[in-house]
Amino acid sequence: MESSFLGINTVNFITSFLLATAVFLFMFMMGALMSWSERKQSAVLQDRIGANRASIPLPGGKKLALWGFINNLADAIKTLVKEDFKPRAYDFLMYNLAIFFAFVPATITAAVVPFAGVLKPAEFFQAWYLKWIPWLPEFFTNNLPDFSFRVQVADLNVGLLFIFAISGLNIFGAILAGWSSNNKFSMMGGMRGASQMISYEISMGISLLGLIFIYQQVDIWELVQAQRELAWGWLPKWGIFLQPFAFFLFLFAAIAENKRMPFDLPEAESEIISGYFTEYSGFKMLLFMFAEFITIAFVAVIVSTLFFGGYSVPYLMADGFHWPWGGFTQLSHATVVIMEILSFTLKVFFFCWLLQQMRWSLPRFRYDQLMKLGWKILLPLSILNLIVTIVIVALGGF
Amino acid sequence: MTDQYLPILIIIIVATATAGLILVLNALLGPKAKHRQDFPSKFTPFECGSDLLQDNQKRISIRFYLLALLFVLFDLEGILLYPWAVVGRTLGTIAYIEIFIFLFLLLVALFWAYRRKALDWR
Repeated sequence: MESSFLGINTVNFITSFLLATAVFLFMFMMGALMSWSERKQSAVLQDRIGANRASIPLPGGKKLALWGFINNLADAIKTLVKEDFKPRAYDFLMYNLAIFFAFVPATITAAVVPFAGVLKPAEFFQAWYLKWIPWLPEFFTNNLPDFSFRVQVADLNVGLLFIFAISGLNIFGAILAGWSSNNKFSMMGGMRGASQMISYEISMGISLLGLIFIYQQVDIWELVQAQRELAWGWLPKWGIFLQPFAFFLFLFAAIAENKRMPFDLPEAESEIISGYFTEYSGFKMLLFMFAEFITIAFVAVIVSTLFFGGYSVPYLMADGFHWPWGGFTQLSHATVVIMEILSFTLKVFFFCWLLQQMRWSLPRFRYDQLMKLGWKILLPLSILNLIVTIVIVALGGF
Repeated sequence: MTDQYLPILIIIIVATATAGLILVLNALLGPKAKHRQDFPSKFTPFECGSDLLQDNQKRISIRFYLLALLFVLFDLEGILLYPWAVVGRTLGTIAYIEIFIFLFLLLVALFWAYRRKALDWR
């Protein structure tokens, strides 16, 4: 196992490849799941039944509808066989590039987020409920007894800055799509989108500074590690307890940054049709929708990572639960890792649900109100939050 | 260095390939586009059903020009604050005093922009 590829250990390469694909699929599936729950949750909120007609006929006269999930599958197939429509006098390069600028940054930002702690395959497959897997347990115990990796695609020391840099590329998606499709509504949508995104990006960045100042880190892995510590022996040092105010500032700024419902001026249907993707049809339009849902899922990911301890379960260490009252429950390595992945996924699901609940409960802002909220309220408040944090730290808090 | 950033490259390739594959499949599977001259109105930009008066390729007034300038300024200040926030606690009292002066200037600048109505959406 000493072979290498491009100067990188083969095992590491395969691990990164598998992890990258898994994280991409996770975000992609979150997009699919969100587009389903968006329909179903809005239906529940508005006292309707929602999508339930599309179904797969089963033998015996029954139909598999999966609570409307098959509708999404039908939508995907339908949009895939639509005509590849191109508007008149559009700009070929920019028109197609915009799709990639919207979709790719949305899916790759999750690359620096840890989905669980350290995974040791040789030990992982020893759990009694994983023994049935044919040859993997023997393979790892015989060939790679000491091999372990972090369940995180890339452990960058610039973590958070990477996220800001990549998610900033979304702006290009909106403005290129708006400009290149030769439509006034698209143009207006792109302009609105760009001005809204740049306005809220500042508050988003500055609201997190207090948290970074406390933990002295921008590396996401280390940020999660810092949140696993306990204050006074029982309270996990989650970001929400140290920076409760920053949580709300960041959440609102992030929703606005991603053009979500109370702030969805760039694609306000009753005003400017569909905003910057008016002239896109078929799966191109669906990719824009997907990118939007994935960015929402990513807001949930980043909020649960920075403010709710990421994958960490309170009191759960690498070998089991260390209860604050002194007890100890031993758990196998596989159980711990699976619990961490589950806890992360549950937190993400909770915030996805919360963001959708907000979307269907709140009316849309007016454009000047949107700008006012971003520049005159959120930005001064996030600077004040930073100042108060610095004062508390300087006086010996935390 | 390569070790750290290679996974990012992999995930970029995976995401780009997926999007590209979907677009190519859409172009291949869908019905072929008819000749444009036969269906002139189909290819005009969407205008709520009314005829197009003028094309879009002309200059428009970008209202958020001032906001974009302010964004550059404040974003640069945000970037300057990030390294300070990481090492700030280890630098001692002088760093605290300096950052307070900096943040004070930032707030004054914001307040000034507010008073000059640069933040208003007119």
